[in-house]
Amino acid sequence: MLSISNLHASIGNKEILRGLNLEVNAGEIHAIMGPNGAGKSTLASVLAGREDYEVTDGSVQYNGKDLLDMAIEERAAEGIFLAFQYPVEIPGVSTTNFLKTALNEIRKHRGQEPLDAVQFLKLMKEKMKLVNIDQSLLSRSLNEGFSGGEKKRNEIFQMAMLEPKLAILDETDSGLDIDALRIVADGVNQLRSPDRATIVVTHYQRLLDYIVPDFVHVLYKGRIVKSGPKELALELEEKGYDWIKAEAV
Amino acid sequence: MTPYASYNDFKEQLLASFRDNEERMNGERKAPLHQIRRAALRQFDQLGFPTIRHEEWKYSNVSGLMKQAFELDETTTLTPNDLAPLEIPNLDGNILYFVNGRYHPELSHIVSPAGQVQITSFASALKSEPDLISAHFAQYANYQENSFTALNTALANDGVVVRVPDNTTVDQPIILRFITDSRTKNIASQPRNLIVVGKNSELMLAESYRTLGEGASFVNVVTEIVLDRDARMQYYKVQDETEKAYHIGTTQVNQTDSSHFYSATVTLNGSFVRNNLNIRLDGQYAEAFMYGLYMPNGRQHVDNHTLVDHAMPNSYSNELYKGILDDNSTGVFNGKIFVRPDAQKTNAYQSCKNVVLSPGATMNTKPQLEIYADDVKCSHGTTTGQLNDEALFYMRSRGIPKDEARTLLLYAFSQDVLSQIKIQPIREYLERVVQEKLGK
Ligand SMILES: Nc1ncnc2c1ncn2[C@@H]1O[C@H](COP(=O)(O)OP(=O)(O)OP(=O)(O)O)[C@@H](O)[C@H]1O
Ligand SMILES: [Mg+2]
Repeated sequence: MLSISNLHASIGNKEILRGLNLEVNAGEIHAIMGPNGAGKSTLASVLAGREDYEVTDGSVQYNGKDLLDMAIEERAAEGIFLAFQYPVEIPGVSTTNFLKTALNEIRKHRGQEPLDAVQFLKLMKEKMKLVNIDQSLLSRSLNEGFSGGEKKRNEIFQMAMLEPKLAILDETDSGLDIDALRIVADGVNQLRSPDRATIVVTHYQRLLDYIVPDFVHVLYKGRIVKSGPKELALELEEKGYDWIKAEAV
Repeated sequence: MTPYASYNDFKEQLLASFRDNEERMNGERKAPLHQIRRAALRQFDQLGFPTIRHEEWKYSNVSGLMKQAFELDETTTLTPNDLAPLEIPNLDGNILYFVNGRYHPELSHIVSPAGQVQITSFASALKSEPDLISAHFAQYANYQENSFTALNTALANDGVVVRVPDNTTVDQPIILRFITDSRTKNIASQPRNLIVVGKNSELMLAESYRTLGEGASFVNVVTEIVLDRDARMQYYKVQDETEKAYHIGTTQVNQTDSSHFYSATVTLNGSFVRNNLNIRLDGQYAEAFMYGLYMPNGRQHVDNHTLVDHAMPNSYSNELYKGILDDNSTGVFNGKIFVRPDAQKTNAYQSCKNVVLSPGATMNTKPQLEIYADDVKCSHGTTTGQLNDEALFYMRSRGIPKDEARTLLLYAFSQDVLSQIKIQPIREYLERVVQEKLGK
């Protein structure tokens, strides 16, 4: 599904991704861990198409297409979803209105009829239950004044609504209480299917108790320096990153 | 029409027009009202048109005005067919049409009973209500320093006079539609309005400006508004004129105790627009709310000058102006807050926020606070920036195409102002036009 090879990306003159390789197949869940500043969010942003980053080398294939060639909205329409580490506040636009526009644009791209107000509301009700989010939150300006946890929950709600093929969760678990953590995990697990994949960026093993990954990768200094089964996360929790850093040198 | 050969030609034409009017007068020439007009004309003659050396006109160059040649007081007849494309859907109420500055009763509808509100054309009020006119005319709008106000004071011969008695709620809004018909000629007009709202009464009034045709137009309007104790007024000014339209307008508001004034000034299109909104809070607990939205593109120029004069204690003003500037347009916001020594416990807030969409567009903002009392709360802030890239990325990452994301963000930005408009058909009309303009 996703094939990243020798990816180099920089911002300004600073190279952040330095030859990153990663293969993700449909049906898989990959966890990416790694110390602060390693480039995890950068990777997520580059995949979503953030224009601040310049890809200087390497390639990213997504379902047989050149992902780096696609516009941001096109990637979304093709099923890529990024749950932001820091969701953006958008004054004056309600989550409901925002999501309706987004969903219908994606449907248009897929050659589907737009949902009318009634159909949309029905879908929304269904997904609201799933992530246990309140209607009053959704009629407010998108993320404006939301608590940290509410923002993260709203990301998962959006994910549930848009049903992406490849979801990238950037530290969606940070700042969540235990209940919310479970909700996030449920959201991800609901989407789990043979034709979808998820990349979970996290610092904490505990999320991986709920979302059991097929692979765990360590990203350090812009590269994946170690990959392993889910047990790798436990080992990292126990030993920290020093041994990996030592190995990587 | 050949353009004026020199800067002074237009001025000479205006002065001559005054003399022509005067010659047609009989006894009126001696009337106190005419003496005011003469004084205003002298003032205009002395001041001339402002240049950019004038502090108040630093960023607004009116010299383009002198490069046209205008017909004065040239009225035409419009048919309902001509007006159809200008109609605001679902609009009910008192709708008054002015063509090239002249009131046209045959196009207008007055629905409110006379016991609720008296609506008269300025031209007929000059004859039928001399007392009302002389009590208020030119008593508020300062023609000593502003040459355009002086010009209007000297030359205005039509517009509207609205009077609401005490303890009355006017339940239908008044919509003044100023249409300049420049299909065959360049047209200049000088509308003059006087609105007097009695004690504890309530009124909604909107001024709308449109132009027909390809010629140049110049509207120089003055509106004087007087709010008595506890009066409440919603006042909207909506401008959607052509690429050759010059608009210079002053709205002068005088408020007494506990009166409330809510305004929104929305400038959609026009070549050169200068709006002066001057509010004198001349009573305790008087409150004024001023909202503004301007969205010039192309080479359009929009200048909003506001002045709030807190003259008495415990008064309140709150101001929010927002601009969206595209292409090579220019915008000016100059907001003056004046707190006089007596005006203790004044609360005055001002904010001006702008989004500049293109490197060719410029916005000049200048807040001016002059505070002579010590126990006051004042704040002001201006921001001018580009569209929020983070927000755009976020929206696009959810599948919303760039242009649509941009429109959504800007529309949301404009809503802070548009949502204040309480005449629903006008708000809906503006929302539609704003959306159309943003979608371009
Ligand atoms: N605009 C920028 N200009 C310069 N450096 C930047 C910019 N954006 C990110 N960086 C740098 O890139 C590096 C990688 O950042 P990134 O956000 O990808 O790290 P991360 O692995 O997600 O870290 P964390 O675990 O703290 O979220 C950091 O050193 C960061 O300071
Ligand atoms: Mg990060």
